[in-house]
Amino acid sequence: MYVAVKGGESAIVNSWSLLAETRRGDTAIPELTLAQIRAQMPLAVDRVMGEGSLYDPELAALAIKQAAGDLVEAIFLLRAYRTTLPRLAVSLPLDTARMHIRRRISSAFKDLPGGQVLGPTYDYTQRLLDFKLAAEGQRPAAVQAPEPVAARMPRVTDLLGKEGLIPFEAPPDGDPEPFDLTREPLEFPASRPARLQNLARGDEGFLLALGYSSQRGYSNTHPFAGEIRMGDVAVEVIPDELGFAIDIGDITVTECQSINQFAGSADVAPHFTRGYGLVFGGSERKAMAMALVDRSLRAKEFGEAVNAPAQDEEFVLYHTDNLEASGFVQHLKLPHYVDFQSELELVRKLRARHQAGASTEQKAAA
Amino acid sequence: MMNSNECDAADGAIAQGYNFAYLDEQTKRMIRRSILKAVAIPGYQVPFGSREMPLPYGWGTGGIQVTASIIGPHDVLKVIDQGSDDTTNAVNIRRFFSATTGVTTTDRTAEASIVQTRHRIPETPLADGQILVYQVPIPEPLRWLEPSETETRRMHALEDYGLMHVKLYEDIARFGHIATSYDYPVRVNGRYLMRPSPIPKFDNPKMHMNPALQLFGAGREKRIYAVPPYTSVESLDFDDHPFEIQKWTACCGLCGSRDSFLDELITDDAGSRLFVCSDSEYCRDRIDSGAGAPVEPAAIDERESSAA
Amino acid sequence: MNAAAHSKQPAATPQHGATDTAFTPGFANPVFDSQHVFRMVLDAMAHPGSVRDIATSVEAPGLLQPASAALLLALADLDTPVWIQPGAAGAEHATTTRFLGFHCNCPLTHDASAAAFALIHSPERMPPLSGFRLGEAEYPDRSTTVLMHVQSFDGGPTVQLSGPGIRDRQALSVAGLPAAFWKEWCDNGLLFPLGVDVLFISGCRIAALPRTTRVEA
Repeated sequence: MYVAVKGGESAIVNSWSLLAETRRGDTAIPELTLAQIRAQMPLAVDRVMGEGSLYDPELAALAIKQAAGDLVEAIFLLRAYRTTLPRLAVSLPLDTARMHIRRRISSAFKDLPGGQVLGPTYDYTQRLLDFKLAAEGQRPAAVQAPEPVAARMPRVTDLLGKEGLIPFEAPPDGDPEPFDLTREPLEFPASRPARLQNLARGDEGFLLALGYSSQRGYSNTHPFAGEIRMGDVAVEVIPDELGFAIDIGDITVTECQSINQFAGSADVAPHFTRGYGLVFGGSERKAMAMALVDRSLRAKEFGEAVNAPAQDEEFVLYHTDNLEASGFVQHLKLPHYVDFQSELELVRKLRARHQAGASTEQKAAA
Repeated sequence: MMNSNECDAADGAIAQGYNFAYLDEQTKRMIRRSILKAVAIPGYQVPFGSREMPLPYGWGTGGIQVTASIIGPHDVLKVIDQGSDDTTNAVNIRRFFSATTGVTTTDRTAEASIVQTRHRIPETPLADGQILVYQVPIPEPLRWLEPSETETRRMHALEDYGLMHVKLYEDIARFGHIATSYDYPVRVNGRYLMRPSPIPKFDNPKMHMNPALQLFGAGREKRIYAVPPYTSVESLDFDDHPFEIQKWTACCGLCGSRDSFLDELITDDAGSRLFVCSDSEYCRDRIDSGAGAPVEPAAIDERESSAA
Repeated sequence: MNAAAHSKQPAATPQHGATDTAFTPGFANPVFDSQHVFRMVLDAMAHPGSVRDIATSVEAPGLLQPASAALLLALADLDTPVWIQPGAAGAEHATTTRFLGFHCNCPLTHDASAAAFALIHSPERMPPLSGFRLGEAEYPDRSTTVLMHVQSFDGGPTVQLSGPGIRDRQALSVAGLPAAFWKEWCDNGLLFPLGVDVLFISGCRIAALPRTTRVEA
């Protein structure tokens, strides 16, 4: 005699405690601390902050710990937390020209004011697994340079801009408040602020693939890495009572400005065009991918033919969010048996009709 | 307006550091305004600023945001998934609302002021004053035929639904039947084409002239739509191929019902099957009231549906 | 920011006609009061033409009535431009705008076609409904919700209404509407899916006319 399955509620509660136990693992092994995650896995923390749209390394580290290292799950935790936070003020635009530089390179020029500052990067390492790291106790020390990095370094794109070679990006008349993707739904055609916000929060893997496709002939913007800079910038707000800007803290960002093929028409002289990427922390690969995709999405603006996925605004912007993607892909695990029942019934009916048709033909042929 | 018990329960929720029903007041206002416009334009998808919720996109965040925006301490909430109160998703969502609002929850449709559902409409008829909140994965009825939102929005504006009629006609030409068995498209108030969410087409007639208010929330896709009470909801069809709902030759193996949507269960390795009401409350009520005798599983073998 | 604003208490009660330096209170309990008022409005919209008493204890400052004050407290904010019918006494208008500015932080607009909410306190002088925001073909939801103060729901001319939300017919009596209103309402209906939605307000009572509601002859 069939008895309906019950006990869903207690199964769920048990799954929670099993998860907590699995996440902690062998209790004889020291527990991960947030300080360790922050200090020794900063690039994971940076990715979670960037796609989580919340600059808080401590919370990001907690999310990574709670998610047992699954960064997309950690991003989800941070975004859900972000939803509950009150919005107290809007900062002034970050002035990346005044960045406290830790890394700054340009592939467009051999040398430039301020120099090529390599910074802490994997770029020049050989990717050989270092088995010495398996043991603990290393205390690597970098050699201090004789002089500090230049206090201010002009941006390559500003230098080109002064010559008229690349247009300055001026805000629209009256400098209206930009669209806020976290509060309003996306509309098409999307404004550039909406697109850039979407890309900034977007999944690094998806943007990387799209950027890559744009380099392989799926659109072709001939990009150069005009400048990549990473360092600390001040976040400033203007409190009503004061009427002037105050610095409320520093954040680390990576900015990538790509310089792309020059456009031009009968009326407009040829010039370079820009792709822009900005991320929290040191997620340089993401900043570069973002710049490539930003430029691809500007195709219409420059009168270019739109025929590649990376140029398709709806295709790109609707699929960058890994929370949406993960949620919908994984929702297939939810019960669908009512709909499946409907499909079963439909397929059986269609098969019966198909078989009836086949046997009619056989009869006719006989 | 609130009695002290309700205050305590609500305070308990708020004391955990979250606002009543989790969402902040600005978000609730935005969603409430969207709902009011949705009711004024039946079947039209209102874009709204969907927020990240503690459950994943695709798992009911739209329905949850709608319920969270309408629910008050006096409400009584029922949550079902696949017609059952006890499925994991329904349990999870009910717990979420218990924790963030302290409202009374129930598994009895007649006692609920708000019913949130995934993939079924309760068999128990709804009454004037009740609100049914549907969880919607894909709100756009034309989406499989036209991936571009810009295009589909234009089609709705122009009432240009030719693409859908062509698709249904092609089904008939190829299969002899319309090959859609759930999430079957409807026309609301004679104007907007609407997706009812993945309810089986069996449930479509319940939407027509229903005395309750029907609200639809799609969180990931960021759309809200509504069917007011006593509004016409017509499933698409053709004069020579009228819309028909699924029928079973078997009845429910537990309560004997011949009028409800039946789930098919495989009971042994030989593939024996048992058909049981999808709506667990309805089935239990019938059993409790002694109505209908269960039929032996062995008697249910081949199912033949005469539905179109 | 808005939550903090809602919980402030006024320093003194305002004197009509005198220089107003304080505000009347908003909701005593903003979270639950907003939810209650919203549910009443939703119920009214889902049952066009049936009169609901929203039982609010909010005072009616300036040009507002208790129900319109409560409605705006519940639904208006930073994102909803509010249009107030011009032509009232300066002091009353100022009291109204100060109340809304303080409690709702909503932008005020002189442009009826930009309004999310419009307050008509003197219906005999009301502008044409077609002057408000009617929505766009692809976004008909972007339209004004018009709050209209009427004299009462008892004893005025009765109309028979039909449409979504109404099982067959709904009788509605409204006193204080201009003679041309129902003709204008029919014209609004012809614009469907564009058009405005109206909420009649009398004291604490409301009745809704979503744009789908038709007047039967």
